Amino acid sequence: MTADTFDITFTLNGLRKSIAVRTDAMLAEVLRENLGLLGTKVSCNEGECGACTVLIDGRTANSCIVLALEVDGCAVTTIEGVAVGGVLHPIQESFIEEGAVHCGYCTPGMILSTKALLDHNPDPTTGEVRKALEGNLCRCTGYNRILKAVSRAAEKLRPTPGAGE
Amino acid sequence: MNIVGKNVLRADAAQKVTGTHEFAIDGKVPGMLWARIVRAPLGHARIVTADTAAARAVPGVVSVLTAADLPTPMPLYGSVIADQPLLAVGKCRYYGEPVAVVLADSDEAASLGVARTRIDYEELPAVVTVADALAADAPLVHDATTAPGSNVHKQYEYAWGDVEAAEPACHTIVENTYTFPMIHHFALEPFSVIAWPEAGGVQIKSPVQHPFLLRRVVAECLKLELSKVRVMATSIGGGFGSKGYAKYEPLAAYLAMRTGRPVKISTSLDDAFVTARRLSATVHMKTGFDRDGRILLQKVDADYLMGAYADAAPRITQKASYVSCGPYRIPNLKTVARAIYSNTTPSTAARGFGMPPLNFALETQMQMAAKSLGIDPVEIRLRNLVKRGEQLVPGDIPADGEWSEGLRRCADMIGWNDPLPPGTGRGISIGIKNPIPGSVSNALVKLHADNSLTVAVGTSEMGQGACTVLAQIASEELGIPMDRITMIMGDTAAVPFDVATAGSRSTVTMGNAVQSACKDVVRQLEEMAKELGLIAPGEKLQINGGMMSDRQNSLSFNDIFTRYFSKTQGEVVGRGLYKGEVVAGHPLGGLSDFWEVIFIAVKAKVDPATGKVSILKMINVSDIGKAINPLHCKSQEEGGAMMGLGHALMEQMIYDQKGRLRNGSPLDYRIPTTMDVPWEMDSSLVENQDGAGPFGAKGIGESGAITAGAAIAAAVSDATGVFFKDLPITSERVWAALSAEKV
Repeated sequence: MTADTFDITFTLNGLRKSIAVRTDAMLAEVLRENLGLLGTKVSCNEGECGACTVLIDGRTANSCIVLALEVDGCAVTTIEGVAVGGVLHPIQESFIEEGAVHCGYCTPGMILSTKALLDHNPDPTTGEVRKALEGNLCRCTGYNRILKAVSRAAEKLRPTPGAGE
Repeated sequence: MNIVGKNVLRADAAQKVTGTHEFAIDGKVPGMLWARIVRAPLGHARIVTADTAAARAVPGVVSVLTAADLPTPMPLYGSVIADQPLLAVGKCRYYGEPVAVVLADSDEAASLGVARTRIDYEELPAVVTVADALAADAPLVHDATTAPGSNVHKQYEYAWGDVEAAEPACHTIVENTYTFPMIHHFALEPFSVIAWPEAGGVQIKSPVQHPFLLRRVVAECLKLELSKVRVMATSIGGGFGSKGYAKYEPLAAYLAMRTGRPVKISTSLDDAFVTARRLSATVHMKTGFDRDGRILLQKVDADYLMGAYADAAPRITQKASYVSCGPYRIPNLKTVARAIYSNTTPSTAARGFGMPPLNFALETQMQMAAKSLGIDPVEIRLRNLVKRGEQLVPGDIPADGEWSEGLRRCADMIGWNDPLPPGTGRGISIGIKNPIPGSVSNALVKLHADNSLTVAVGTSEMGQGACTVLAQIASEELGIPMDRITMIMGDTAAVPFDVATAGSRSTVTMGNAVQSACKDVVRQLEEMAKELGLIAPGEKLQINGGMMSDRQNSLSFNDIFTRYFSKTQGEVVGRGLYKGEVVAGHPLGGLSDFWEVIFIAVKAKVDPATGKVSILKMINVSDIGKAINPLHCKSQEEGGAMMGLGHALMEQMIYDQKGRLRNGSPLDYRIPTTMDVPWEMDSSLVENQDGAGPFGAKGIGESGAITAGAAIAAAVSDATGVFFKDLPITSERVWAALSAEKV
C-alpha cells in the first residue's frame, strides 16, 4: 500500500480477491483494467445509464460511481459470475429466448438488475419489474421484450409445485 | 421452409448475455497510444492561442497536437463533401469540435493532458436555429459553401402535376408549420476506434456501420489507395445511424501513420452528443383535399438544419424530401427542401433518415383534415393510400404491397371503434421510407470439405441481427444447419464490397447476394458432379439437408468434395452480387428496391392537471413481405417505436445563444426507460411474400421510429382536442396548451 493506494479484500464472483487499488479508482475501472473483467460495460461514467451495473452484497450498483475501496469486505457479482460452470443462468436463457438481446451493450447490466430483483422477489408484479430496471437504459429493444424475458425468467426460477417439499 | 420464418435464436446472444462479446472499446494493441480530445467550449469562435506546455509536462503524455502541428492544408474528410477538418483550423464551428488531441501512454495521462491544455478563444456570433441561419445578416458557418454568402448548402426540388392550378378545386386546405427538434441517437456504446500503421497503410478497428464507405473516406482524406486502408468493423453497441459515417477514424488513422504506433481514441457518452445528431427541421406543409377527403395537392417547404459540417446531411435532406408524398396518392405536388449549415453538432444519418419530421407533419395534416371534414382518420387514409401496383413517386417502383391490409389490421388491434374513457384518445399513422437506391452488395460463401460454411459479407452486426438472419438465408438455401455456419462480417480485407448497413436494406440486398452466392455454390457442385459422371448432363441436383440427390442417388457435398479434390484440400467458393437499379439522371441515382411501410396505432391518456401523457397501448404493424425471423422483426419494430416515443414526448437537444449544448449528457437528455413502455404493446407482420428480397422479404428496422411520433401526437390531439405542431410534446407543452384553452 502506498499513499495513493489501498489494499482491499473482497469476494468476486465467489472467489476471494486481494488487490491494491488507487484511492480514487472506481470499481468499474478496477474490474475492467486491473482484473480484466470486460463484461462490465462502461458508457456514461456518471451513474445514469446502468451499463456498468454489478451486484454488491446482492444489491445493484453503478460500478462507475462506486469507489473500488468501498467494496472492501463485500461480495461483488459481475456478469462473468452469473453463468456457473459454463451453463447459462435461467435469466440469461430467457433474455435470449424472448429476443431481449440486440446490440448487447446494456445486456450485462440488465441481467444483473434482473438477478437482484428475482433473488429478493421471486414473483414480481409488472410494476415491480419496470421499477427494478428503470435505471438500465436500452436504446435498441424498446424494453418490451426485456420485460417479457424477466417474467419468463421468474417463471423458470420458481420452484416446481410439490417438488422437494 | 426449414429455417426461414423461424424464430432462430440470435447467433451472438450467448456471448452477449455472458459479457464475453467484444466491443472496440474493450480492445488494446501492444504499444498503443491513448488519444483524448480537447474540445471547443463555444459554438463559434476564433482560436487565438494554444498553450500546450503544461499538458506536455504531464508524465506519460507523448505529444499534444493542434492544427498548427498538422499538415497545411488541413486534411478534410466527409462522405458527401470533404468539409470536416481533423482538428479545427483558425476557428471552431461547433461546441465540442476537436481543437487539439493529446497522445499518451495511458488513458489517464491523456485525460490529464486534456485538462491541462489551455486554448484561448475570441467568441463569434453563432447560428443555432433555422431562423438564425437564414437571417439577412446571419454569420456564415463556412466562408464558401455551394451557395456563397449563405448558410444554405443545397436545395432540392421535386414537383409533379400543377399545385397552383389544383387549388381552386380544393374543398379544404390544411396549412401549418411544424418543428422537429435536434435529437441524439443515444447509442449506449461510446465512440471508440483503434488504428495502427501497417505495410504503408493503415488498419482501423471501429464499430462502424459502413466499413467500405469509411475505407473510401479515410483513403481520400489521407491520400492513400483503397487497398492500403483496412477497416475492421467491430460489433456495434448501438448505432442508429450515428456510427454510419466517419467520425474519429480519420483522425485516429492520421495519428497512427504519423506516430508509427497504434492509437486508440476513446470518448464518453457525453462526447457522443457533440459527435452526431439527427437533423432538426422546420416543415411548412399545405395540403388540399376535396370534400371526400381525397388529397388534390401538397406543397412542402422543408428546412433541415444541418450541423457545422455536412456529414450525410445533404443526402438525408435530398432523400427524405423525395418521399414527401408519404404513402398517399397526390396528383399535384411541389416540394422544396433545403440543407442549412449551423454552429451545432454535425448531423448525420439517424433511424428514419430524415423521414420523421416530414412524417409528423403529413400525418398531422391528415389528422386535421379528417377532423375538419368529419371523416374517420382510418377512412381518410384508406381513401388516399396507393394500391398495389399503383405509382407513388413518379418514375420509381410502384406500391409493392396492399397497404390497406396493414392499416386495417393495425386499427383492429388497437380496437379502433371501442368506446374511449374520458381523458383518453386514439391515433393512427403510417410511415414510409425507401432504402438506399441503386445500391450494391456482394457476398462470398465458402463451402468446406466437412460440410460447414463460411459466409463473408460487408454488413455490420449492430444488434439488428444480420449475423443470424443472413445465416438463416444461407442455411435455407444449402440445407446446412445453423451451427455449421460461420459469419465473417465487416472486414474490408476479408469480405467483398457492400455499400452500407443502413436504410433497412441488408436483409433484402445482402440477403439477395448471400442467396445468389449459395446458388453459385450449387451450380459449381453440379458441374463437379457432372464432370465426375455422378449426374447426367442437364440433370439438376436437389439440395436436402446438406445432401444433394438426383433421382437414383443421394450424395453429400462431402462425397463430391472427396472425389473431386481429395480428402484434405479444396473448397467451393460461391460469389453473389446484388445491384439495385441505377437510373441515369434519377435524382437519387436509382430506384427503390422496396418501400418500408409501417402502421402504428396508439391509445393515450392525458392528465390535464400535469400535462403528462401516458401511452396505454401501442400497436406496430409492418408490411414485411416475408419475415426471415419473426421474433427479431417484431422486437426490432418495437425498438424503433420506443425510440419514436422518446422523440415524441421527451427528447430534444437544447443550445444557448452562444451555441453551447446545455443538455448533452444522459442526466439532462432523457430517453425512454422501462417506466415509459406502453402498458400494452403488441406487434404484427403483414407477410404476402411480395418483397424484393430473398423469399419475398422486405426490409425492417427504421420502421417504428419513422411514425411513432405522429401516432402519439394524433392520440394526444384526440384526447385533448389540441393539435401539437412542435415536438417533443412535453408535459409542459400539453399543460400550457390545455391551460390556454381554458382561459
